[in-house]
Amino acid sequence: FYLYIGAEERRWEASQVGDVDPGMSVAPPHPHTNTDSFQEELVVRPLHSGDIYASFQFRTVWEADFSRGNKVSHYQLFPKSLGQVISKFSVRELHISFTQGYWRTMQWGQPFLPSPPGAELWVWFQDSVTDVDGTWKELTNVLSGIFCASLNFIDSTNTVQPSAAFKPLGVGNVTDHRFLRYATLPREIVCTENLTPWKKLLPCGSKAGLAVLLKSEKLFHSSFHSQAVHIRPICQDQRCKSTSLELRQTLNAVFDLHTSGQAKREWSLFKMFSRTLTEACPLASSSKIYIDITDNSQGEQFELSPASSLLSQAVVLGDRRTFSVYDLTDQATFGSTRSLNLLIRDMLRPLLHAERYVAGYGLQTGEIHTVMYNHHPYRSFPVLLLDSVPWYLRLYIHTLTVTSKGKENKPSYIHYQPSKDRLRPHLLEMLVQLPPNSATEVTVEFERALLKWTEYTPDPNHGFYVGSSVISSLVPSTVATNTSITQEQPLFSSFFPCKEELSYFVRVYTEPLLVNLPTPDFSMPYNVICLTCTVVAVGYGSLYNLLTRSFQIEEPSPGLAKRIANVIRRMRGVPPL
Amino acid sequence: CSARSFRFTTFLASLTQTLTLVVHFCLVFQDSAGQFFSSGHTNNWAVLVCTSRFWFNYRHVANTLSVYRSVKRLGIPDSHIVLMLADDMACNHRNPKPATVFSHKNMELNVYGDDVEVDYRGYEVTVENFLRVLTGRLPPSTPRSKRLLSDDRSNILIYLTGHGGNGFLKFQDSEEISNVELADAFEQMWQKRRYNELLFIIDTCQGASMYERFYSPNLMALASSQVGEDSLSHQPDLAIGVHLMDRYTFYLLEFLEDIHPASKTNMNDLFKVCPKSQCVSTPGHRTDLFLRDPGSVLITDFFGSVRKIEITMETINLTDPINSGNDVQTENNTYVDQLPVSEIIHQKPKQRDWHPPDGFILGLWTLILLVFFKTYGVKHLKHVF
Repeated sequence: FYLYIGAEERRWEASQVGDVDPGMSVAPPHPHTNTDSFQEELVVRPLHSGDIYASFQFRTVWEADFSRGNKVSHYQLFPKSLGQVISKFSVRELHISFTQGYWRTMQWGQPFLPSPPGAELWVWFQDSVTDVDGTWKELTNVLSGIFCASLNFIDSTNTVQPSAAFKPLGVGNVTDHRFLRYATLPREIVCTENLTPWKKLLPCGSKAGLAVLLKSEKLFHSSFHSQAVHIRPICQDQRCKSTSLELRQTLNAVFDLHTSGQAKREWSLFKMFSRTLTEACPLASSSKIYIDITDNSQGEQFELSPASSLLSQAVVLGDRRTFSVYDLTDQATFGSTRSLNLLIRDMLRPLLHAERYVAGYGLQTGEIHTVMYNHHPYRSFPVLLLDSVPWYLRLYIHTLTVTSKGKENKPSYIHYQPSKDRLRPHLLEMLVQLPPNSATEVTVEFERALLKWTEYTPDPNHGFYVGSSVISSLVPSTVATNTSITQEQPLFSSFFPCKEELSYFVRVYTEPLLVNLPTPDFSMPYNVICLTCTVVAVGYGSLYNLLTRSFQIEEPSPGLAKRIANVIRRMRGVPPL
Repeated sequence: CSARSFRFTTFLASLTQTLTLVVHFCLVFQDSAGQFFSSGHTNNWAVLVCTSRFWFNYRHVANTLSVYRSVKRLGIPDSHIVLMLADDMACNHRNPKPATVFSHKNMELNVYGDDVEVDYRGYEVTVENFLRVLTGRLPPSTPRSKRLLSDDRSNILIYLTGHGGNGFLKFQDSEEISNVELADAFEQMWQKRRYNELLFIIDTCQGASMYERFYSPNLMALASSQVGEDSLSHQPDLAIGVHLMDRYTFYLLEFLEDIHPASKTNMNDLFKVCPKSQCVSTPGHRTDLFLRDPGSVLITDFFGSVRKIEITMETINLTDPINSGNDVQTENNTYVDQLPVSEIIHQKPKQRDWHPPDGFILGLWTLILLVFFKTYGVKHLKHVF
């Protein structure tokens, strides 16, 4: 339908469309029963602090069903390496993310897809798997080869099995948490070697479509960079009688005003990515760019050039935002460099955010403080806090306190699994009700363990990382969320499935902690050996010599004159001198 | 007399005949042996290892990446390269130009590139993993990209760089590999027929000591310095703040940039890379274990990739793709509630599997029972039961 705003003619894109405009489809029809579809999308959102947030989503939907052990041999758009991994390890859902940097919620708002610093992997297996731990170990090794990351360091000492958090994001009826595994590697570095295989999973690679913008020199020179792969089963249609497999590859980056933007609040695609777009991916059924212009509805704060006549509204993260849409499959939108000039004013204040830090002094004990802020003026809502602490920080759970506004706040659900040395980490899950307009603090004391000298990393004085806490919550929203599962919603607003209209699901990650453990002096064994050997050699050797050596007195040899005199005296028969 | 002379001549004739036959056979054997050894390899592999950690060892990562770049450019694919980098320099927070590793001070050449795949990185680069890669003794769940799947017709290039000394190479500042271990690993590879020919290049201080102990056939080795000499670094970059490359590998990279997949340069030119005037140290090489003459060995035998293609006219029948039976699911699938608060609060505690009591508990109870019955006597047993 059409809507006129002011004097300009702007066409509103229908938010619920039954079928795609046939003129835009470029994927040729093929006779095979397995049909794949591919959509790509870029959302650009200017942030309050002058930085700019770019979020890429590439979605491949594959009409295959692995739940009953079906075998597949024909791969079209879905990457074969991931398809084989899913079928071999009976994976129902797989979520893996690699992040460099920490998302600053108070300055940048909420991200579309949250991720913790380092690497995070959580997997739901099918209920036909008998040995979940063994399959998990093999899966992490295979993924480490696919993504060129050290995921093989995921073992039982950093894997947990949450009992209430991380419910499946795809369709399905079974939620037995025995088939869920969650692990993070907060120390994992993300660099071009992780981006290269990620790009190779896309149908067009990095040759056409939005992926040509993904150049590592600009992407890693940013304040925040996160790339993720999410695989889950989704409904094929409204009635949801059969499922298909969805692969979403997402890449979020926040470009800093000063390092990438040269301190000018003028952003362009060339400035952000050092590339321009020339064509859409020919295999994509839809290829769109969304620019968030909610703060510019009257057009006075910034200008977009070239201007687009297509507008769209979407409810995302509890807020109704307006976007200017550029459709890349339409040849008319292409010209020369796209340049965007943007100035920003206000942003919706995030209702939930969290911090975490280590308190205390010395190398023996310490305290972990997690602070969760609820900025809603009158509504309280529940949050589920998931903490996974490595075994070498021995938590004293009897010192666990949860306080809000100075008073104790008793959690309605606590699940704690103690650690076993060198076998498994601590797992703490709590359901806490956050009162309105308050800060809730969770404190727990810990003691640092002394590791065996072979267990230290080559650089132990750097410290040891503790993974981020995960805070999942249903935050009340002022705007009604769309709960229907249509295929035509923009990708960024349809990731988390929503059952209620008046709240939206959000996941917030805290900072990872860097804790120093008491580190021995590794040169001591060498020093001790040297010293002991020296002492023993000198002491024992001298004593042995003193005891076993026999001494003889020896006359000093006489001088020359005396020797001649002795010779003469001997000849004379007289005793010598 | 004539009869004897007649027999003598026949004897001589037969002797010369047999001699010529024997000589002919020898020549034939030598030909086929020569042919066997010069017929060469069918595939190429490369194992490139940087063993140093920390930012000031930037140059070792740059060394390894420049050899990686040359090897990839000359044709060896990523699936045949095992790249091990002990630390991350490109995305290090101290790198003023992220995602780049430069080899020259004017930042001309970014050896990190846009298409790099590192197989072992960070803490995974250990002596144990390196020897396991060489000998092939890896755990069964190791992915293919982390394995050296060479066979007896593979030519392998092994490049090591880092800090070393007389007879050892330091890995990550915490462990060492000795030249004896390395020689034994190569012998294992020879016995398991894991290589056809192997070129070993090492760029460390006193690098020549690492190849002194080799004893397996078909090994050629190059080192950047002799025993008692230090390998020096090339030049620092004032913007990045560290030395960018080592001298030997810098001139090696310069030499390799002129090689293209069809070039006929041979190993004798490689031995001349970086003379003492440029390198300050004396590069050394060892070819006594190598069966072919180094002058006949092409650089691309090790740095490039040869693909022997056999053209066939036969048709191959492909199997039909498996049609997954689309039986309609009758149940209605729904999305799961992400945070079902009431369900979580009323969740039943997980049933833990019952384990029989541990050894300690059993021992403790046995002790208690023993003491009890010793004190009170066994006749009280009937009162208990």
